[in-house]
Amino acid sequence: MSKEKVKIERQSMPHQEAAERIQNFSEVALGYNEEQALLEASRCLDCKKPTCMEGCPVEVDIPVFIKHIKAKEYQMAIDAIKMKNNLPAICGRVCPQENQCEKHCVLGKKFTPVAIGRLERFAADWEFKQPSETRENNKGKSGKKVAVVGSGPAGLTAAADLAMFGYQVTVFEALHTAGGVLVYGIPEFRLPKAIVEREIQGIKQLGVEIRTNMVVGAVNTIDELMKNGFDAVFIGTGAGLPNFMQIPGENLNGVYSANEFLTRTNLMKGYLFPEYLTPIRIGKKVAVIGAGNVAMDSARTALRLGAEESYIIYRRSDKEMPARGEEIEHAREEGVKFRLLTSPVEIIGDEKGWVKALKCQRFELGEADESGRRRPVAIPGSEYEMEMDTVVMAIGQGPNPLVPRTTPDLQLNRHGNIIADETSGQTSKKGVFAGGDIVTGAATVIQAMGAGKKAARAIHEYLSN
Amino acid sequence: MFEIIRKETLAEGIKLFEVAAPEIAKKAEPGQFIILRKDERGERIPLTIADFDRNLGILVLIFQEVGRSTKELGCMEVGDKILDLAGPLGRASEIEEYGRVVCIGGGVGIAPVYPITRALNNADNEVISIIGARSADQLILKDKMAEISHQLYIASDDGTIGQKGFVTDVLAKLLADEVKIDLIVAIGPLPMMQAVSEVSRPFGVKTTVSMNPIMVDGTGMCGACRVAVGDKTKFACVDGPEFDGHKVDWDLAIKRSRMFLAEEKQAIEHSCFGGECQCQKKK
Ligand SMILES: Cc1cc2nc3c(=O)[nH]c(=O)nc-3n(C[C@H](O)[C@H](O)[C@H](O)COP(=O)(O)OP(=O)(O)OC[C@H]3O[C@@H](n4cnc5c(N)ncnc54)[C@H](O)[C@@H]3O)c2cc1C
Ligand SMILES: Cc1cc2nc3c(=O)[nH]c(=O)nc-3n(C[C@H](O)[C@H](O)[C@H](O)COP(=O)(O)OP(=O)(O)OC[C@H]3O[C@@H](n4cnc5c(N)ncnc54)[C@H](O)[C@@H]3O)c2cc1C
Ligand code: SF4
Ligand code: SF4
Ligand code: FES
Repeated sequence: MSKEKVKIERQSMPHQEAAERIQNFSEVALGYNEEQALLEASRCLDCKKPTCMEGCPVEVDIPVFIKHIKAKEYQMAIDAIKMKNNLPAICGRVCPQENQCEKHCVLGKKFTPVAIGRLERFAADWEFKQPSETRENNKGKSGKKVAVVGSGPAGLTAAADLAMFGYQVTVFEALHTAGGVLVYGIPEFRLPKAIVEREIQGIKQLGVEIRTNMVVGAVNTIDELMKNGFDAVFIGTGAGLPNFMQIPGENLNGVYSANEFLTRTNLMKGYLFPEYLTPIRIGKKVAVIGAGNVAMDSARTALRLGAEESYIIYRRSDKEMPARGEEIEHAREEGVKFRLLTSPVEIIGDEKGWVKALKCQRFELGEADESGRRRPVAIPGSEYEMEMDTVVMAIGQGPNPLVPRTTPDLQLNRHGNIIADETSGQTSKKGVFAGGDIVTGAATVIQAMGAGKKAARAIHEYLSN
Repeated sequence: MFEIIRKETLAEGIKLFEVAAPEIAKKAEPGQFIILRKDERGERIPLTIADFDRNLGILVLIFQEVGRSTKELGCMEVGDKILDLAGPLGRASEIEEYGRVVCIGGGVGIAPVYPITRALNNADNEVISIIGARSADQLILKDKMAEISHQLYIASDDGTIGQKGFVTDVLAKLLADEVKIDLIVAIGPLPMMQAVSEVSRPFGVKTTVSMNPIMVDGTGMCGACRVAVGDKTKFACVDGPEFDGHKVDWDLAIKRSRMFLAEEKQAIEHSCFGGECQCQKKK
């Protein structure tokens, strides 16, 4: 290992300062400038056996794209990434890199890993600044049609790849805007909607038709799509059904699912109310239940909407928090308060039906469970109340039942997820493939994209025979 | 984009739109609704499919101008286009031959009860309809309801049409007179549906109501539309909107409908409706 290279420190990400950024919804992390990108890229050892690639669910050729950055061949860098990943500006921002590519970087063993995600973002953002060239449009070359249900990362990736294979692709999206969780869930300050929009424009340029306001299962069914000329269907409807805890007081005014809270804010632009007409009520004290990305996004959104105090309430300890490390750190910097080893047992309301307080119980860590994490055990008699105006439930989502309900021959597991082959996405129904959160349960953007990619390949194979 | 083909003012503040939405019209069934967003800044508002023509590809929407979104919608004219419209959402009404059914519509609730009443009539039920409004000039769809009902009762708060009083007074009398009723369907303001359920409860007559909680997506994604039914929490947009009126937690439903009262006021004050609106003055 050359000494010089490791002497250069991992470049830190320029960002808006905490005090300033909680006053706005603009992006927190600002991206490397060219100098930082070159320095960071120079840290990469260009390994013969690049272990980093093992950690990337879509196998981005990491040493190659970084080598192009080093040589200032930015177009070639982005081209190399796009061979495997259609949405680099998004993945570079939201991938949990510390558990994926960067976790496997050899430099991470002794030093800090190469900031692969940040470099990926740099290359993608560079491309956006170039005059856009029209992408090749293979539309309908093969003469066959494929329907894609849902326009989240799984659906968009499948659609783009299928279009490049030469199929005529139509995406059906239930909401009025395409993008899935990327537009309704993940907040503007972490993933600017303009970026999602540009990525979607790129996919449209490939000849993909995106039809919004089309609720499959209501306006048409999978069977009707097949009957009406689609040769294959990909289902990427996500995990959109919010879980509640089934504790008393959950239907009080001021209790939102994270989905409702974030949709009102992001998709409907509630933070611009009354310029935009969708209201969001927040109060002074907000408790968010859960500690995943969804919970961090909700707690940080609450501060930006004007909450004076925003709490994360989580049953386990900080080691088990499933959110990306960077988001937890950002939340802490912004003043989100963490109440760990704590879980709500009741939401208490006033006489008008509004949240007044949250009754919590303390937990301690017991034996490890089957996932290897130590199981939280309630401490008897440890209940206490916290005054609260708003409670946001961010304890996970289940699969949306609209499509399965209207497609009886689609096999589901006991959680209601669609059963699909891991390598092909093939479901129990001929010509129907599925991938993303609807199959795996709530996971990550890049995993959903990986599933979309595999399914596109399998659909291509299926339709070529 | 969804073009408005026809517009009619049915009563002060109650408007009817015929909208071109062929794909939705093809699948629409009585009891279902759509969600629309008028323009880029608009909120997603649910409206019942008051009627549909599969051949012409048309949906009929009837709405009361209660707040900023419905008032702005009411300002749209024939030829204007609604930006987003999705549906048909919710479960369709269960239409069977029950025997004798009573269909009750209160205020703008007469609009959604109409297609259900017609379907029940077509399914060979004996249909008794009870419709009510504040006063004669607020009563909509009287003739259309008459066409599809074996008997039609009318009630108005001020007695300017039909009998003076509430629709529940008529229902209570029918039940007291031991008229055998197999099913009651009631749609209207929450207090009306609650009152109907209370009147029918002691008689054990199945009472179906259509809940209209605050919604956002209408696809089961947000949970804003929670209603407590029996000991379960349901999402009205995918599990309903129709539920057993005897099991609904009315107190909760009424409290939840007031969740954004302060913001609704603010929205109006912020709009031209707070002051002198051009399109409102025209009328
Ligand atoms: C708030 C939040 C923050 C997150 N943060 C991160 C992060 O930082 N990093 C990360 O990797 N992952 C993150 N995730 C997880 C990640 O977003 C998801 O795993 C990913 O979006 C799943 O993609 P998908 O394509 O399977 O589904 P989705 O993104 O859920 O998209 C599904 C789409 O299908 C549509 N649909 C559903 N039913 C129908 C129907 N019947 N007809 C038509 N359309 C339908 C939906 O409207 C939606 O647009 C986050 C999730 C949330 C909610
Ligand atoms: C399934 C369903 C079907 C409906 N069908 C009809 C119909 O056919 N005709 C009709 O006139 N009205 C109908 N409504 C009610 C209609 O959606 C509301 O009147 C409308 O959204 C009010 O918006 P606003 O901005 O004008 O009023 P606001 O001032 O915002 O609110 C007035 C009242 O309407 C209710 N409301 C507010 N926002 C929503 C929302 N997003 N979703 C539901 N209710 C809300 C609240 O209880 C509020 O107090 C229906 C509602 C549902 C849920
Ligand atoms: S797509 Fe995600 S996991 Fe793969 S290299 Fe890029 S940041 Fe890493
Ligand atoms: S493992 Fe690390 S150092 Fe090696 S090629 Fe990958 S990013 Fe570069
Ligand atoms: S309106 Fe969102 S779940 Fe029913």
